[in-house]
Amino acid sequence: MAHSADAVQGAPRPAGEPLLRVENLVKHFPITQGILFKKKIGAVKAVDGVSFELHRGETLGIVGESGCGKSTLAKLLMRLETPTAGRAVLGGKDIFKMGGRELRRLRRNVQMVMQDPYTSLNPRMTVGDIIGEPYEIHTEVAPKGDRRRRVQELLELVGLNPEHVNRYPHQFSGGQRQRIGIARALALRPEIIVCDEPVSALDVSIQAQVINLLEKLQGELNLSYIFIAHDLSVVRHISDRVGVMYLGKMVELGTDEEIYERPTHPYTQALLSAVPVPDPDARLHRDVIRLVGDVPSPANPPSGCRFRTRCWKAQERCSVEEPLLIRRGVEPHPSACHFAELRQVVS
Amino acid sequence: MTDIRVESSYAPRAGAQHLLEVKDLFVEFHTRDGVARVINGVSYHLDPGETLAVLGESGSGKSVTAQAIMGILDMPPAKIPSGQILYKGEDLLAMPEEKRRQVRGKEIAMIFQDALSALNPVFPVGWQISETLRTRAGMSKKDATRRAIELMDQVKIPAAKARVKDYPHQFSGGMRQRVMIAMALAMDPKVLIADEPTTALDVTVQAQIMDLLADLRRDLNMGLILITHDLGVVADVADRIAVMYAGRIIEHADVHSLYKSPAHPYTQGLLDSIPRLDSKGTELATIKGLPPNLLRPPTGCAFHPRCPYVKSVCTTSTPRSLDLGHGRTSACHFAKEMLDGTLR
Repeated sequence: MAHSADAVQGAPRPAGEPLLRVENLVKHFPITQGILFKKKIGAVKAVDGVSFELHRGETLGIVGESGCGKSTLAKLLMRLETPTAGRAVLGGKDIFKMGGRELRRLRRNVQMVMQDPYTSLNPRMTVGDIIGEPYEIHTEVAPKGDRRRRVQELLELVGLNPEHVNRYPHQFSGGQRQRIGIARALALRPEIIVCDEPVSALDVSIQAQVINLLEKLQGELNLSYIFIAHDLSVVRHISDRVGVMYLGKMVELGTDEEIYERPTHPYTQALLSAVPVPDPDARLHRDVIRLVGDVPSPANPPSGCRFRTRCWKAQERCSVEEPLLIRRGVEPHPSACHFAELRQVVS
Repeated sequence: MTDIRVESSYAPRAGAQHLLEVKDLFVEFHTRDGVARVINGVSYHLDPGETLAVLGESGSGKSVTAQAIMGILDMPPAKIPSGQILYKGEDLLAMPEEKRRQVRGKEIAMIFQDALSALNPVFPVGWQISETLRTRAGMSKKDATRRAIELMDQVKIPAAKARVKDYPHQFSGGMRQRVMIAMALAMDPKVLIADEPTTALDVTVQAQIMDLLADLRRDLNMGLILITHDLGVVADVADRIAVMYAGRIIEHADVHSLYKSPAHPYTQGLLDSIPRLDSKGTELATIKGLPPNLLRPPTGCAFHPRCPYVKSVCTTSTPRSLDLGHGRTSACHFAKEMLDGTLR
């Protein structure tokens, strides 16, 4: 338990009890060899000790490159995967210890919006059936006679025509399908919605519509979002706080302003520097940091600091001592780098 | 509106012949549900050593234009009813297939979005890079392999010599895209068409690949056509931009002018609807509605159902490409008012 929840005590937080507290969450996928007698020969360390808090009505953005564990984190929070270690406390209870009735309530309370609106909707079900399906399982939310009206209300809420309830997914465009996915997530009136890359499959002009919808719904329904994306501009736009992940670890955590304007971790700085900015004049006075190489395999991550193989600041110490996610220097937000230092890359 | 000359294509430099020139190209797809007119009079040109970005959303026709240039459109269902594609003054569409094969890959090469599905999983990458060298340049296996290693070095694949016999699945996404680029460069093409080359990649790797493409273009004096939907990527590398919508180029300009003062409401809408890294806006501006169904395109200007400035003329007459000077064009009835900022 190298860095427990205590390590992020320095994180800025709104007043009051957090809605969800994730403590040192770990998920290792075993790598096995042999057919009959499976022998474990290693593990993919997809999520390796992640802690954060989520407050009511706030959006926590999670950014990182592919393989950093952000989608595994989403699955863990949905309880679609069982963690290797760690806790996630919701309403005073660890979600991974829930069962029976409690688990059913959790399933209602935490919902998900998926990335690909083309594969996440059943093509043989009407929109009404897709959005209404949660009521089949959680019958207490809407009595049978009431369901159709509820579904139509939801369609209206997400900006679709309520009369289209009998249409099939293929009759809708990508942006509209994503709205259907959002309506389905809202059906059981959850408190938390985990959005895993909800707009990355959409065209630019449609992306903005869906982002605006998510923000509007958050205001109206007091939802909390965990917003996972690789697009840093989108994450900044929607998030109140942002966590940056690299190879299963949270390397920096802070408010959107702290992460984007006062980043202290070299990886955050490199990530921000690599984002293309839609302004041709900006390239002249931008701080260019180019990382070499690719993200190492999570099955065999580097010792000590996992970013050291691509870091320009790496020293002897980085290969032996793992940097904790703690407050460094004068900056109020935690950063997992021994040599954390402010460097502004976004002007 | 007196000083605006009406032209259907960009004014070519007097007497100069472009390396590649697409002239008034039309492409349609014959489907069960009818004829989809996916390219409706596209014209653009490319000179050696420059980067032209073709920007558009899905279905705008940006990739189909490139496939028409390469001659890799499936015909049928596709059909090219009219238009010219001039490479060094010769019309590719009028050439016999045998002659066209000499241009494809050798003079004009292309790289695709998804490197994993574009590479053959059962052959080593070196074998795939050197394939054209063996079959078309008549090189021996040994020479071709040596050249493949050189090419892998050129696209900065570390330890090229050791990795030449590795298979595609042993490479990361960024490295696979480098293999694709090495394959495209094998025959020393004069024009490289990159169709969404970084869309499937992470940002830090995307930056590496874009830098590599920019370096190669400069060192080899190639013409680069960069097809993308990402306004950010374009701003960093392009010299000129052609914005496509519903199979037409609705605006063409140098990169600085386009971002500073878009001359078409669609371009303006796109620029306003992207979230910015350097500021946190409140609500994003959006372009209302959806891209048109090309089986049943709207009358008049294809953008009019989504345009915030739509006037009655827009619903009846298709705007032609207006020359705004300095190589800028815009296919909007009110392009000049857009530029003046007087369009309401």
